Amino acid sequence: MFKLIKQSPVSARIGMLIVGLNLAVALFAPLIAPYEETGVVGDVWETSSSAFLLGTDHIGRDLFTRMVYGARNTIALSFTITGLSFFMGVFMGFVAAVKKGWVDQGISRVVDIIMAFPTLIFALMVLSIMGPSVPTLIFTIAILDSTRVFRLSRAVAMDIEVLEFVEAARLRGEGLWWIIRHEILPNAMPPLMAEFGLRFCFVFLFIAALSFLGLGLQPPLADWGGMVRENAGAINFGILIPLIPAAAIAVLTVGVNLIVDWFLHLSSGLHE
Amino acid sequence: MSNLLKIRNLHIEGFYENQWQPIVKNVSLELKRGEVLGLIGESGAGKSTIGLAAMGYTRQGCRLASGSIDLEGTELFGASDEDLRLIRGSKVAYVAQSAAASFNPSHRVIRQYAEAPVHHGLKSYKEAEEEAVELYRRLFLPTPEKIGYRFPHELSGGQLQRAMVAMAMSCEPDIIVFDEPTTALDVTTQIEVLAAVKEITEKMNKAALYITHDLAVVAQVAHRIMVLRNGKMVEEGETRRLIKNPKEKYTRDLLNVRKSMDNHEIDPSSDVILNINNVAATYTGHDNVIEDIDLKVQRGQTVALVGESGSGKSTLARVITGLLPRTTGDISFLGQSLSTTLKQRKKDDLRRLQMIYQMPDTALNPRHTVRKVIGRPLKFYFGLKGKAAELRIRELLEKIELNPDAYIDRLTTELSGGEKQRICIARALAAEPELIICDEVTSALDQLVAEGILNLLQDLQNKTDVSYLFITHDLATVKAIADKIVIMLQGKIVEQGEKKKVLSPPHHTYTDKLLASVPKMDPDWLDTLLEERASTYL
Amino acid sequence: MENLTQLIFKRCLASVATLFVISIIIFIGVELLPGDVAQAVLGQQATPETVDAFRKELKLDLPPMVRYGAWLKGVAHGDFGNSLANGRPVADQIGWRLGNTLFLALLTSAIAVPLAICLGMLAAFYRNTLFDRCISISTLSFISFPEFFIAYILILVFSIQLNWLPSLAAVNENMGLGTRIYTVLLPAMTLTCVVTAHMMRQTRAAIINVLASAYIEMAQIKGIKRLRIIVLHAFPNSLSPVINVVALNMAYLIVGVVIVEVVFVYPGLGQLLVDSVAKRDLPVVQASGLIFSVVYILLNLIADILSMLSNPKLRQSRI
Repeated sequence: MFKLIKQSPVSARIGMLIVGLNLAVALFAPLIAPYEETGVVGDVWETSSSAFLLGTDHIGRDLFTRMVYGARNTIALSFTITGLSFFMGVFMGFVAAVKKGWVDQGISRVVDIIMAFPTLIFALMVLSIMGPSVPTLIFTIAILDSTRVFRLSRAVAMDIEVLEFVEAARLRGEGLWWIIRHEILPNAMPPLMAEFGLRFCFVFLFIAALSFLGLGLQPPLADWGGMVRENAGAINFGILIPLIPAAAIAVLTVGVNLIVDWFLHLSSGLHE
Repeated sequence: MSNLLKIRNLHIEGFYENQWQPIVKNVSLELKRGEVLGLIGESGAGKSTIGLAAMGYTRQGCRLASGSIDLEGTELFGASDEDLRLIRGSKVAYVAQSAAASFNPSHRVIRQYAEAPVHHGLKSYKEAEEEAVELYRRLFLPTPEKIGYRFPHELSGGQLQRAMVAMAMSCEPDIIVFDEPTTALDVTTQIEVLAAVKEITEKMNKAALYITHDLAVVAQVAHRIMVLRNGKMVEEGETRRLIKNPKEKYTRDLLNVRKSMDNHEIDPSSDVILNINNVAATYTGHDNVIEDIDLKVQRGQTVALVGESGSGKSTLARVITGLLPRTTGDISFLGQSLSTTLKQRKKDDLRRLQMIYQMPDTALNPRHTVRKVIGRPLKFYFGLKGKAAELRIRELLEKIELNPDAYIDRLTTELSGGEKQRICIARALAAEPELIICDEVTSALDQLVAEGILNLLQDLQNKTDVSYLFITHDLATVKAIADKIVIMLQGKIVEQGEKKKVLSPPHHTYTDKLLASVPKMDPDWLDTLLEERASTYL
Repeated sequence: MENLTQLIFKRCLASVATLFVISIIIFIGVELLPGDVAQAVLGQQATPETVDAFRKELKLDLPPMVRYGAWLKGVAHGDFGNSLANGRPVADQIGWRLGNTLFLALLTSAIAVPLAICLGMLAAFYRNTLFDRCISISTLSFISFPEFFIAYILILVFSIQLNWLPSLAAVNENMGLGTRIYTVLLPAMTLTCVVTAHMMRQTRAAIINVLASAYIEMAQIKGIKRLRIIVLHAFPNSLSPVINVVALNMAYLIVGVVIVEVVFVYPGLGQLLVDSVAKRDLPVVQASGLIFSVVYILLNLIADILSMLSNPKLRQSRI
């Protein structure tokens, strides 16, 4: 593992640094943040000063504090959703690939239908019906996202499934779970790891977009997308405050993507 | 006669594992006008790389490191891209192994024929078109006036390969490089392509490099043969001399492949363990892929199931294993009828019937160690764990002639092709089977490695009295190891019987054609065969 | 082998079936509202009379099958019911907003598609050079940026610092084409950045894939010039994957368009949808959701048909 990191290119190291820093901030948010998450401590849109590192937001909360808690909320939420979506997607994908027949047909058709909706539109419709609560948010996005994971893991598992070592296991009389666990999963790991990174980026941006539209995490919880929305008006006065959370979203996504790129290169580019 | 091509001290390097490593080491060769030089060797010998270097071309990730490639006084080493482009196609042409992949699917075959001469400014499209038809005729392609106007995917493999030979001739080059042009083809189709190659090299007097791993094939077309191994030259000589009187041990080994098997006698009264009775099967629900299959395998017997691609031999294996349910008939194994599907079979039936595959690379899980591969059937069938399993794994590794200490903890990806195939054999043996289905187990391996595997299988049979159902398209293998031969064509068995009976006349017409098509080490074999065929057809 | 017309016909049938299922899902979605829709929308303070009236308005007193039939029939005639927020017919609100959204999407694709294909081809032909690396890093960044980040940066530069372009895309019905383009240029640029990045990366990958095939090597070995290889050998075979890439990203535009419309307060369908979701104006949500889905499905259908038509093996089997 350490050897692998040692060989990593500069871009991947930058990515790891960004992701590491963000995780640290998210984990130790209460220790880092100088003020309460929702405390109004200053004037509206104050510029940066020793008291307010990044200035204050549209109702006078410390922006740095909000950024730190925002990291925590947004990253935790995205991670939960990606994890859930992966669990569902990979599970169903593998079962469909190994079982084939009507099981595969059934799941695939349902997935086709869900994927026939544009994701954002589907999410907006569900949220309008169910209302934007955190559990709704988690399940809606996780289910939507798991369709893409399903497609990939099914395709990967299909590619592995036709190889003779899986046939050999079948002929031996092994059961479904053994085949998935021992024959398919270890070989599907590299593409799935890369996909996890990509899906995380997607979910993260998706939540940011929903929050930006006012339908994600609800105030007064700090959340980067929502902070952009709340402070959007400032841009017209040439105040850069909304760009700070927006840039934070961009930087973290770039970071994850840099690592993913390296991973994809590792798993595919060896024989180039 | 002067030399057309003179390669001196050629070194070629390839970039892998983050550094430049030699692929071709200090190879020199000469080629005169009208002469055919055979380059022969196993995989990794560097023969294709040398062939491509004759036109100043290297694949991506390779480079010409040093040496000289002199083509009629022009030095290709270090020549500019434009100079090389002018030579390629017009002075030196290339025939690749896979015609299906080498033809652009978007253009008609004849258009691809005409492209090079028109592009090099040698002929008009009209002239090229007329010549193409003439060449198609000479290369025995059916309906030569029309066939060129089809798209590549509308031609069969053998036809495409001949169309590619024609395409290489389109600029009337001085040299043609043939890179394993028949390897992907069935034996009966191979003859057609070899005849086409012969037509060009002999009647049209072209110089050629003929690259192959099969000595018998190259003996038919080459005047001289160069044997290569690991990027180095082993020996070179005039074809007849080299075959009759090889200097190096490696060449002798290649020549002796599959000649040395002892024929073990089996007791004709030994019990029948597999009895296939009037079996048919289909993939689609209609149109049987195999039909009327009757077949018996006795204890300790090796039954070879022979046929070309599409003959249904692999389908039959799938039916026996239960991967594909049979639609009619019965299969009894050790006296009891086997369930049609895999799911309904008893664990013990599964254990007694094992399978070894063609591709050892894909038959072993790349994430498993040797211990896990062999240990799993031990645990699964016999509940062996811990020390007992360890001992048994080591014993099995010794049986397949691999050192247990060195191999037991290796990942399967850290093994060579031959070693992987041995592990597959050990995995099958671990189940203590009565019958092993061997599906083309040697065709993905180099000849000498394959020889080792066949010897091992024979040894194991002598020790354990296991039976083999040996599926193959390679008649040389069949001759070496089979006790009984079953010949399949288009889903049906056309002939079966004891080896001696099947191999000696009178044959079924298809058996005859099949046997006649297997190249012999005799350099006159192809000429004689073609003459015979010409006289029978006239 | 099936011939091309059959394949296309089958694909169209599948799309129609999907549309049908989607209309049912969108309809049932409203049914599934926890508790009584009317009660939920009107809130706890509503009197039973108002709830009753509202139920009539939504035709909740009829059985679901009947209501679905009536709804679908209405939709087919362009009648999406009335908005809950202001009581006006939904179709009236949607009409010109849909036009605006399509205009923005068209303008974006007119810029993005040629740009992305050119850049993608260049990056593929000059792969592993400095040019390729620059392009690959910048597209990676654009993919990672949220749409609103790009939007605000463009606003900051072009409307606040330079004061060249308006930061609000306030279009109205009487605008000429020129002014209209000028007004929506910033949103179009934002969308172009996002879509081009995706499209270009995939175009590059598709072409590199083709360039690695044996027939390209064969053409090189035949001594064909590089330009000719690209135009005659690589291009016809890349057509099918590239068309697929383009169409897929057009579909991606739909998602981007919603956010960009909100940033620039552009009176399009996306903004209407977001507003209605916030107000829980279900008939409007239903209608705009359905329209977006139809467009999306149509785009996917066109993509598949075009890539079938440009697939050499399928195309030739027509004869």
